Amino acid sequence: MNLADQIRAAWTWLTASAHWSGGEGIPHRLLEHLGYSALALVIAALIALPLGALVGHTGRGGFAVVTVANFARAIPTLGLLLLVVTVTSIGLTPVIIPLIALATPPILVNTYEGVRGVDPDIKDAARGMGMTGTGILLKAEVPVAMPLILLGLRTAAIQVVATATIAAYAGIGGLGRYIVDGLARKDYPSVVGGSVLVVLLAVIVQLAFVGIRRAVVSRGLRN
Amino acid sequence: MIQFDGVTKRYADGTVAVDDLTLQIPTGQITVLVGPSGCGKTTTLRMINRLIEPTSGTITIDGEDVRAQDPARLRRGIGYVIQHAGLFPHRTIVDNIATVPYLLGWDKKKARTTALELMERVGLDTKMAKRYPYQLSGGQQQRVGVARALAADPPVMLMDEPFSAVDPIVRKSLQEEFIRLQSELRKTIAFVTHDIDEAIKLGHTVAVFKVGGVLAQHSTPDELLAEPADDFVREFLGGEKGLKRLRFNRDLDRQDEPGAERQDKPDVEAAER
Repeated sequence: MNLADQIRAAWTWLTASAHWSGGEGIPHRLLEHLGYSALALVIAALIALPLGALVGHTGRGGFAVVTVANFARAIPTLGLLLLVVTVTSIGLTPVIIPLIALATPPILVNTYEGVRGVDPDIKDAARGMGMTGTGILLKAEVPVAMPLILLGLRTAAIQVVATATIAAYAGIGGLGRYIVDGLARKDYPSVVGGSVLVVLLAVIVQLAFVGIRRAVVSRGLRN
Repeated sequence: MIQFDGVTKRYADGTVAVDDLTLQIPTGQITVLVGPSGCGKTTTLRMINRLIEPTSGTITIDGEDVRAQDPARLRRGIGYVIQHAGLFPHRTIVDNIATVPYLLGWDKKKARTTALELMERVGLDTKMAKRYPYQLSGGQQQRVGVARALAADPPVMLMDEPFSAVDPIVRKSLQEEFIRLQSELRKTIAFVTHDIDEAIKLGHTVAVFKVGGVLAQHSTPDELLAEPADDFVREFLGGEKGLKRLRFNRDLDRQDEPGAERQDKPDVEAAER
């Protein structure tokens, strides 16, 4: 099969109505995929945003944060999945844990660097005008660091969406199913079709962040 | 009046930033703290609103020890202006100016109305209200910084080299407007600069600091120029040459302004009597 044939085959696979309904259908797999991605991202954000902001604000523990984050970045996602599968069992946990480990470092490091990097004059003025520590963090540092924080979230979101295909290895579906099953059955249209869906999803996430940025980053910071 | 009594600031490594300082900053006047870098003038200023805590001694504002008050509340009652303005880049000009009123829980509309009035007062077009700091020049940003410090009408203002980061022409106009503004508002102002010309021009009194945080002389600009207390002060004023130039400029400034002396000058003498 040449490339044109492959593309045609993948297109046929993608547009086949049978692939768009039922538990094995694309909408269902897509929802599973998004569900795992969102869950991992939310948990990672709940860990990394407060921790990064706090460390950036106080300036204490910055070295530890960056070291741990870099270490976490070096963990192979699939290896962690297999490890958690052996420790626990097949299911949601072995999928979510590696995804959290993947998503946390970029959010953590960007939030920390963003808050820490806020112009000292801004912090000094805020303190000198009588803002409390929490006030400075929430009303000055976080809004000013928001472009960098969003960048971290976006990086994490795209990585998670692209990597959530590993859910198929733990037997809980997602778009990875088409790729894993396709490879096992030598059903290449399914592999390519599944991959295309994942890529499309990553692009959509990217675009969504353009919208989010417009909504939450002050116009005064968009230059 | 702001009163320093035997105030010392010693850091953990043994460095003495301010050494046994006793100083009065009279109500309704501009007191300029001037000196070379490392003389403790900024530390002195920042101890007034407790951004830095003294190691020993007391600082009172109108008889009340600043350390008896909650730092955040104390600071909301004291205007604060810094060199690069330190405006919030994510807030519009009007919201920047209204920062302290918001902190004090003012009604949003009232805070904004006040902010708009202050824009006019410091010579800013109210059309700029909805703009963001990056859209303003350095001089305009500094005006916003002054307006922001004035927003809640504090009796005391602390200004740390507020006009140092702008070019000489803009600085001159900012200084002149500042003098005009002060003749209307009569705030108690502590003003830090390293620029002796600025000190002579703006101060009702000038406090000259030496490296190591020692107060070398505190007197009116005229006394300072007529009788430098010691060699250090004489040197800081630029020696005989520098003194001549400063005296000459001072005479020029007097001629520039009709009515000669600044209107608020008689009060200085009245206060001293």
